[in-house]
Amino acid sequence: MEQDFSQLDAILGMYRGKPGILIPLMQEAQNLLGYLSKDAMRYIAQKMNIPAADIYGVATFYSMFKLKPQGKHIVRICKGTACHVSDADGIKEALVEAMQLEKGEDTTKDMNFTLMEVACLGCCSLAPVIMIDDTTYGKLTPEAIPGILERYAFVEEQ
Amino acid sequence: MTNVTVKVGLASCGVAAGAMEVYEVLRHYQQSGAAIDLQQTACIGMCFEEPIVELSGGTLGTLSLGKVEPERIADWVEDYRRGELPQANIILAEKQEATRNSLLDGQTRIVLRNCGVIDPKSIAAYEAAGGYIALQKALSMKPEDIVEEVKSSGLRGRGGAGFSTGLKWSFAARAKGPKKYVVCNADEGDPGAFMDRSTLEGDPHNVIEGMIIGAYAMGADEGYIYCRAEYPMAIAHLKIAIEAAKAKGYLGKHIMGTDFNFELHIKEGAGAFVCGEETALMQSIEGKRGMPTIRPPFPAESGLWGCPTNINNVETWANITWIITNGADEFRKIGTDKSPGTKVFALAGKIAGSGLIEVPMGIPLKDIIYKVGGGMKTEKPFKAVQMGGPSGGCIPASLLDTIVDYDSINATGAIMGSGGMVVMDEGTCMVDVARFFLNFTQNESCGKCTFCRIGTRRMLEILTRITEGKGEMEDITRLEELATNIIKGSLCGLGQTAPNPVLTTLRYFRDEYLAHIQDKRCPAGVCTSLLRFEVIEDKCIGCTACARKCPVACISGSVKQVHKIDQEKCIRCGACFSACKFNAIRKG
Repeated sequence: MEQDFSQLDAILGMYRGKPGILIPLMQEAQNLLGYLSKDAMRYIAQKMNIPAADIYGVATFYSMFKLKPQGKHIVRICKGTACHVSDADGIKEALVEAMQLEKGEDTTKDMNFTLMEVACLGCCSLAPVIMIDDTTYGKLTPEAIPGILERYAFVEEQ
Repeated sequence: MTNVTVKVGLASCGVAAGAMEVYEVLRHYQQSGAAIDLQQTACIGMCFEEPIVELSGGTLGTLSLGKVEPERIADWVEDYRRGELPQANIILAEKQEATRNSLLDGQTRIVLRNCGVIDPKSIAAYEAAGGYIALQKALSMKPEDIVEEVKSSGLRGRGGAGFSTGLKWSFAARAKGPKKYVVCNADEGDPGAFMDRSTLEGDPHNVIEGMIIGAYAMGADEGYIYCRAEYPMAIAHLKIAIEAAKAKGYLGKHIMGTDFNFELHIKEGAGAFVCGEETALMQSIEGKRGMPTIRPPFPAESGLWGCPTNINNVETWANITWIITNGADEFRKIGTDKSPGTKVFALAGKIAGSGLIEVPMGIPLKDIIYKVGGGMKTEKPFKAVQMGGPSGGCIPASLLDTIVDYDSINATGAIMGSGGMVVMDEGTCMVDVARFFLNFTQNESCGKCTFCRIGTRRMLEILTRITEGKGEMEDITRLEELATNIIKGSLCGLGQTAPNPVLTTLRYFRDEYLAHIQDKRCPAGVCTSLLRFEVIEDKCIGCTACARKCPVACISGSVKQVHKIDQEKCIRCGACFSACKFNAIRKG
């Protein structure tokens, strides 16, 4: 193991010996590292005495865990029923175009945005909806997308 | 000028619609010396009117303003304080006629009684509204009497299946064990449902108090609220509420001076729909992959870490305080004989009044849609209402007289579900809707049962090829056969109900499937591969607007001449259809 994961030790110490801790522990580790690499998972396995296969099993089961580096801002596009019947597909196309994502990619080249689909954000009356980090944008049209993304690009330049 | 109270609705819907800006403007207005009492509240349910501001304490009585513009709100408050009616969109009013007054008439609010009324971050506000009185009463009762009271109220699980809550409690109460748990299922994963989010954001203490009462009745001393991580505000409000309840002695050791101890934790979900299934949810709390396990043993005997566990959904817990305070008999006066009480629904889709409503059981579907929901959003006629999310089905116009109770809704092939209601109009393709849900379930299948894992994928493939115009007549039999086998061959509710959207659309909208398969046509004009755009010669005035918009230059015709679309080259993007101001392009 080449990379130094000792920054995780404080988190691991907090959870050691408690029941049902694997998911919140991995969430905190991911918050710190940005994503869970195989090496990071092996490190947690070794330190916590949990089989690495269990950790990998959990990481691949839940959509929240990321096995690849993520963009600075997470853009969630809601694909719930209400959004689906209100043209969420059109919004997605606009996002993909504005972010200049190639087929199969979900993160922009400058690592500013990662796009992901979610089942429902629970703001159905504002459909179609997207959520950037913790902020929800509703009643969208494909035309509105570039303007919204620009706000996040602008903040970064400052 | 009188000192008026100004309440801003700051739930997720409101914030997404710009309520935070309105609140900031009002804060500056207050700081500049205006004597107003500025308060926050959550969701009153009329999400389509957000941002909403409620004014009270003036001579005009209580007024609710909808679609509030931050630039004008200060003027409107000023008008109100002077006793003048603001020239705003007045949606609810105590003393005046208002546009939405009638929408609340058909509702009965038990679960949502405090939502949009009190500040959810203030335990004092909850107490002032009668909070924690039910707990005090419960602690003076014998635990078995509480279980009996809930049983005789006839309350049925609001998570979807409708099992008797009292009976479920009695199993857990009877179970032996030094340690027992109660769990609140707030993993609201159904697309199109947001009842639990609004309840937790708007009145977290009511759910917590219900859980404390349940824990006392069943002899549990520890509890978990399993909440979706996609609901950050609900989690934040729950955390504040739990801390406040601890400080007041409603949670922790020796609750309200008794020997009863109860500790409550929040567990954030990590993004897996199947975790809404109770055995999967417990696996997830234990830190494992959330895969359902075989029942029996039921959670009441062996649940979390092998201990007796009772799991109820948010809305079920939120009914408990009302039942304890007012008694089972009062509860039974609302709703129907077999399904007493109320049901919260999240109205969404092509309906004018999308938002959160609470209606008595037994109300006909058509009253929900046309009275409480305010009818259709546009002139396009009603086609179907989808109930129960991916486990439910589509109910057609011909069945709108169906009343809302567990048994009547089940008879249509849909299910009551947790309460998502998505209204669809003639512009919605039912085959596409079925495909949408199958795409969802096959994505979310945990993979444990073969029929669910592979069967839903095969169904999705068939539905996809039908929407692409490549379907054949045998596909309908294949879908029905697969559906039967998936229902029989799956362990948990996800698989057992996954075929419902396909079965109900096949039952009520078979002609749409046939149109896709035999005529290669999508009657709603949704399935892109089957679309055809044509110029209606009588209506085309030759303005060239469509030709200029066409990205592949397949529209020919010069100025003042009828245009023509080259079907070979057309990519069916619909740009011409949107560009034409004379309705001279036919889509279908």
